[in-house]
Amino acid sequence: MNPQLLITIYKIASWIIEQLIQRRAESSPQAKAKIIQQRKTSAVWSLVGTLMFLIGALAASMFMCVDFVFAQGGTPPPITDDQVNAVAKQLFCPICENIPLDVCPTQACAQWRDTIREKLAQGWSEDKIKDYFVQQYGERVLAKPRTTGLSLYVWVIPPAVILIAALFFAWYVRNARMKTAAASVATSSEEVDEDDYAKRLEKELSKRR
Amino acid sequence: MALNLGLTSLFLAFLSAVYAAVVVLAINPRKQEAWVESARNASMLTFPLITLSALSIIILIVQGHYEVAYVANASSSTTPWYLKITALWGGQAGSLLFWSWLMSAFTSAVMLRNWKRDRSLMPYVILVSMITLAFFLYLSLFIENPFERLWQNLSTGDVKPALFQPANTQLFIPRDGNGLNPLLRHIGMIIHPPMLYLGFVGMVVPFSFAIAALITGRTDDEWIRTTRRWMLVGWLFLSLGLILGGRWAYDVLGWGGYWGWDPVENAALMPWLTGTAFLHSVMIQEKRGMLKVWNMILIIVTYALVIMGTFLTRSGVLSSVHAFAQSAIGPLFFGFIAITFTASMILLFWRWDRLKSETQLDSLLSREAAFLLNNLLFMGVAFATLWGTLFPIFSELATNQKITVGPPFYNQVNGPLLAVIVLLMGIAPLVAWRKSSFKALGRLMWIPAVLTLVSLVAFYLLGARTPASLLGYGIAAFVGFTTLSEYVRGVMARMRLGENVFVALINLAARNRRRYGGYIIHLGVVAMAFGVVGSYMFQQETQASLKPGQTLALGGFTMRFDSLAQFPLDDGRQVSRAEVTVLDQAGNTLGQLFPRHDLFDSGQPMTIPGVRSTLGEDFYVLLVGWEPIAANGATFKIYLNPLINLVWLGGLIFIVGTLVAAWPDADEEKRYIAESVSTLERAVKAS
Repeated sequence: MNPQLLITIYKIASWIIEQLIQRRAESSPQAKAKIIQQRKTSAVWSLVGTLMFLIGALAASMFMCVDFVFAQGGTPPPITDDQVNAVAKQLFCPICENIPLDVCPTQACAQWRDTIREKLAQGWSEDKIKDYFVQQYGERVLAKPRTTGLSLYVWVIPPAVILIAALFFAWYVRNARMKTAAASVATSSEEVDEDDYAKRLEKELSKRR
Repeated sequence: MALNLGLTSLFLAFLSAVYAAVVVLAINPRKQEAWVESARNASMLTFPLITLSALSIIILIVQGHYEVAYVANASSSTTPWYLKITALWGGQAGSLLFWSWLMSAFTSAVMLRNWKRDRSLMPYVILVSMITLAFFLYLSLFIENPFERLWQNLSTGDVKPALFQPANTQLFIPRDGNGLNPLLRHIGMIIHPPMLYLGFVGMVVPFSFAIAALITGRTDDEWIRTTRRWMLVGWLFLSLGLILGGRWAYDVLGWGGYWGWDPVENAALMPWLTGTAFLHSVMIQEKRGMLKVWNMILIIVTYALVIMGTFLTRSGVLSSVHAFAQSAIGPLFFGFIAITFTASMILLFWRWDRLKSETQLDSLLSREAAFLLNNLLFMGVAFATLWGTLFPIFSELATNQKITVGPPFYNQVNGPLLAVIVLLMGIAPLVAWRKSSFKALGRLMWIPAVLTLVSLVAFYLLGARTPASLLGYGIAAFVGFTTLSEYVRGVMARMRLGENVFVALINLAARNRRRYGGYIIHLGVVAMAFGVVGSYMFQQETQASLKPGQTLALGGFTMRFDSLAQFPLDDGRQVSRAEVTVLDQAGNTLGQLFPRHDLFDSGQPMTIPGVRSTLGEDFYVLLVGWEPIAANGATFKIYLNPLINLVWLGGLIFIVGTLVAAWPDADEEKRYIAESVSTLERAVKAS
């Protein structure tokens, strides 16, 4: 095996471990206290983050489960095209590639829209019609994946990954600021002043010339 | 003749690409100058060779050599001459060759433009681009060869395409070709694929430079300057491709919209998202020497997404995993992505030490932090899109059941993220580098904020009553005002130096084209945001069957069905064309529209809308059905798409801004070369 590769792998592993345990060279009690404080803060942050994520996920799943129930009753007989399309919009053509049923121009889809019309005339609810289509042609007819079974992961993974990335981002920023603070290069805040803006701009512009 | 010529030059192009890559691998580029030159010449030779090959296909199509399978599938005798040329990228095999052709064109341009300037990086730029090109040429030669002819088995009568005559067969010459897919016979489809492909191959160049920088260890500022330029070029074409694709969908697909989160659209969007993230975070590297590893990762991911985009759209994996497994092209692509990605990552870890940040983040309220947040959001959108696109494949693999991840998913997940990106776009340019304060920020933002509040009242009075739409319009307005305020501040600063308004404005943009071009792009996005919010949240639609003279009302407009005509066209399609009149509330005639439905002899329908387009809204009428015998009743679907033209207008502003920012600066180039030469001369004298 290539020794360079081994060294690289070792470097990766040691970097990861270093990041995980936050090993620092400092030994003074103050520094230790600071590290402990840091760890506490990060623990609190992760806890808060996790809680927020759980609450968010819960809220999202509740929101998704409360689907609109189509108003029923009254005198139903003449089903308008708009009513049919309202249902068809939520379904995808079972044979074509990625075409919503309400806009699919094929003959087969026209027949499926007629099926929806019949079912609506029989007083079926929107959900019942969708279930019927799923039963007939599989879950691929649903425009919006379900929140049960495997399809749940469609919904859960992206927010989870984005959240983890956000936590990493927060950690990176905090870490970087700690280092800067430690280096104590206290640069005076460079507030943008209206008056010296012209100067700054001119300087920046001439630099690029 | 053309067939043999095309096939031979294709094969020779493959050989020279492989030769160039092998030479770079085998030699020590710093010592064996002559070999490096040889590799360069070989890599540049691919361009004329592939050009010859592509021309051969066009000649075969124009001459109607239907015994060539590709020609038979992508054209017919009734295809007009210009579509015969564009049929080069109308089918699978041709579009792969077209990809290679653009790739070799880009590589040659890089060789000519950057050879002297980035001399030490060039051998490895050759290596990476030639490996990529060789892969695509391999696909063209051995898997999807556009020069395959049709052969009929003498005993069974089966017709099969093959490169060389199989035993016991004779050449099969169909009387006519099948013709180009009707949906592709549109001006948008003539320009859109080349733009998209140019965008794709344009992003291979930054990757080549990044890998070259990693291999040589020259991870200083040189490669990032070059890379940014080329990335901007690829990004420009990709943006154009996306906008044109949207316009094509709106004009031809007949579903009243321009973006459906279709996997094919997503495949093109994802590299654009990561490329956009790169174009922003690269500024942090240039200004502050931070995020070097991250920028490498962004380039590597962008490259992987480009190859994957081609793979997703070309391998058939999206329609069925099983079809994917049957064709050889899918696994090859999959392997290529896996190998290049892994190799790049290993290189990156190897050079990790050289990519240490030179400075650190000073404050959470700084331009750097804002750019980081921008990257986080763009990557979030890219990941959600990738996940939604690939999930049906996972699902089919795991449970053997396909599912659809449709627009509702993307709207719910990406919608809020995109809104935050737009908002950030308004704030970030006001935040100073290193460190800013809320006070300073407040001083810069209060005027735009007040103007935003005023416009919100106006939006409310104009009818935007839902919280979501007010939020959307509010964000867009705020960003528009802050961006404009940047111009105002710049111009005012220059006016204080004694210039008048127009001179100040021109000088401002000319002196710092990158920055102010960027702001023009931002203004384009603002216009698009207004268009998207308007057309998405306030779209209205209705559908009904009408007899002549009957009317259908939607959102203050009335449409009257006048008549329907049915007639055949020369190219074999059956056209049903309706005449309708659009009236306003008072009953005044606003104009006539002619929505039509074309049925092609292949059985494929095409619904072409009749659109009355104003800046305020599009009245978009589709003819979706008619009674066949009496022909006196027809079904129409009407969409009212408010502000949709702002999407196209914004796209135009966007492209103009990109051109302003990306246009090569002749003076800068000359100065740079002069500098490099003088440094070299000094070095030579010193030694």
